Amino acid sequence: MTSLYQGLIDGVLTGAVYALMAAGLTLIFGVMDIINIAQGVFVVLAAYLSYVLAAHFGIDLFVGILITMPALFLLGIAVEWTFIRRLPVQNRTTMSILVTYAVAIIVEGVLSVVFGVNYIQLHGWYITRSIHLLGFYLPYIYVFGCAMAVFLMGAIYLLLYQTRFGRSIRASLQNRTAARLVGINVDRVATLTFGIGVAVTAAGGMVFGATTAFNPNSGYDLISRLLAIVILGGLGSMAGAMAAAISMLVIEDVVAAMWSPLWSEVVFFAALVLVLTLRPQGLFGRSFTRAQ
Amino acid sequence: MSRSRLIRRGLISLLLLVFVLFPFVFSNPTYTTIAVFTLIYMTATTAWNGFAGYSGYIPLGHAAFFGTGAYTFAVIAQSNHLGAGYGMFGLIPISGLVAGLVAIPFGLVALRTRRHTFVVITIAIFFLFQLVATNLGITGGSSGLQVVSPNWPGSTYNDPFYFVALGLLVLAVAASWTIRRSRFGLQLLAIRDDEARARGLGVRVGRVKLTAFVISAIPVGMVGAVYAYFVGQVFPQFVFDPLFDLSIALMAFFGGLGTIWGPLLGGLLLEPLQQYLTFSYSVGDLYLIIYGVIFLAVILLLPMGIVPSVSAWLDRRLAGRDRASPPRPAAGGDGDQRPGLVPRPGSST
Repeated sequence: MTSLYQGLIDGVLTGAVYALMAAGLTLIFGVMDIINIAQGVFVVLAAYLSYVLAAHFGIDLFVGILITMPALFLLGIAVEWTFIRRLPVQNRTTMSILVTYAVAIIVEGVLSVVFGVNYIQLHGWYITRSIHLLGFYLPYIYVFGCAMAVFLMGAIYLLLYQTRFGRSIRASLQNRTAARLVGINVDRVATLTFGIGVAVTAAGGMVFGATTAFNPNSGYDLISRLLAIVILGGLGSMAGAMAAAISMLVIEDVVAAMWSPLWSEVVFFAALVLVLTLRPQGLFGRSFTRAQ
Repeated sequence: MSRSRLIRRGLISLLLLVFVLFPFVFSNPTYTTIAVFTLIYMTATTAWNGFAGYSGYIPLGHAAFFGTGAYTFAVIAQSNHLGAGYGMFGLIPISGLVAGLVAIPFGLVALRTRRHTFVVITIAIFFLFQLVATNLGITGGSSGLQVVSPNWPGSTYNDPFYFVALGLLVLAVAASWTIRRSRFGLQLLAIRDDEARARGLGVRVGRVKLTAFVISAIPVGMVGAVYAYFVGQVFPQFVFDPLFDLSIALMAFFGGLGTIWGPLLGGLLLEPLQQYLTFSYSVGDLYLIIYGVIFLAVILLLPMGIVPSVSAWLDRRLAGRDRASPPRPAAGGDGDQRPGLVPRPGSST
């Protein structure tokens, strides 16, 4: 029974971090109709950046986020401005998948040239030590990471619902043409949203790098999980992404704890397939009014 | 038969002859190895294009069928302790069939979703395949499976593989061409242009999409089997490789999505390039960067691909030439032609 609860707790804690990264992905889709396949590799890039800051400048991982987050924000804006803007209008979403996939493999190539293909992991006092709470061991990094993720998600919520810019985002999400008609600069909103969506990977990347050994190839596994989460939750729904992230991670960690770690990943994707067979639009997605 | 059709048939026959004679002219095994891989990719791209180009749905998970075909071949060969030789090629259609069968549940799940969700679902299901192959016992786990290699002489070892691959390519192209000209193909194109309207006009959208999807999986499974036999080893990360999906998508886009010649041209140009890059720059995955850059350039600058762009350019050049000379009222009735009609060069009307 303890392993069940341990799996549950692990799932909730890591789920929060995945929820943050998935929220970024689904926000980008909601506002721009773009699926950013490069999100996974940006997480890995963020992990490498945290590594460089820690190993070469001695900057603590959490403090380093103050640097990596703006850096990735700028990177997101640069990518959007350079590539996403040039997308042909037809089949924009499908094209965005191919374009961002290409960007992803370019970044992966650069990372493997610069850092090599050996696995590395981030270090810090909170990674190896745990809180001993009620008979369960909670590694500090998980607790801090979860707290940070919740904090950032709260910040995003405040941004979306309490600021004028957030209102512009929500308006663009609902109806881009109407938003343009009321004077919102939709293109600028899109660019900034893309930047925000990528910036959250900085935080997620640090926690990921601290808890898992990674190399440039780790992006594939990440993006397939993030995509599964986002689709399960329903593309464009932040609440859906968060709910799906926590559920999927809980299921996976419980399966890993009680059955076998090998098959937990399979269960992850199998859950996606199952939900989609029953409900193609995902948990919180809008049902299709048009076949396209 | 009209002259242009005669010319076209002659050109195709000539091309086929060139392909058949290739391994005898360039018998260096390095060249024939690259040629075998090129043929494999051309076939896979043609099959993929037969679904993606005609229906407008872009699957990025066909590597699942490649791997299925490869593993089917390896498993059957191993469990029956078959001796190596020409007979093993008989396993290839079986591998293709298994891939097709596997495509049925794959397609049933994936095709229920919208177009962009479809792309992502195929990626997710593909990773599912990779995971299962890495963890399952029968597939040898991450150490993969070995396939018995035939004892053919080194200098001509590649040739049987080359001709089998060539045969598969011809089959795939013939299938693609037949679909294009059939009512089934028309239904696919209708789905591509406007699915709701197609459904309203009576097209059995679900059935048509699934059938096309399964048909596209079979050749990919077959070349997977060829790969397994050719390379002699089946590892999950090589036969279930996300770059395979990207490569065939790139080749199809590069050549021209939805055309017959496009995938062939794309594969012919890009696969040798990929092989060259892998050989030269295998250290540091530099080829990933170059590949990604090419991909971006193709998508953003040449979204239609080579074949449609070139033929559109040709049309414009010829139309321009016609418009440049003033219409002559007497000879051949040129003056009666509307500007924009492209007269056949050299013909009398």
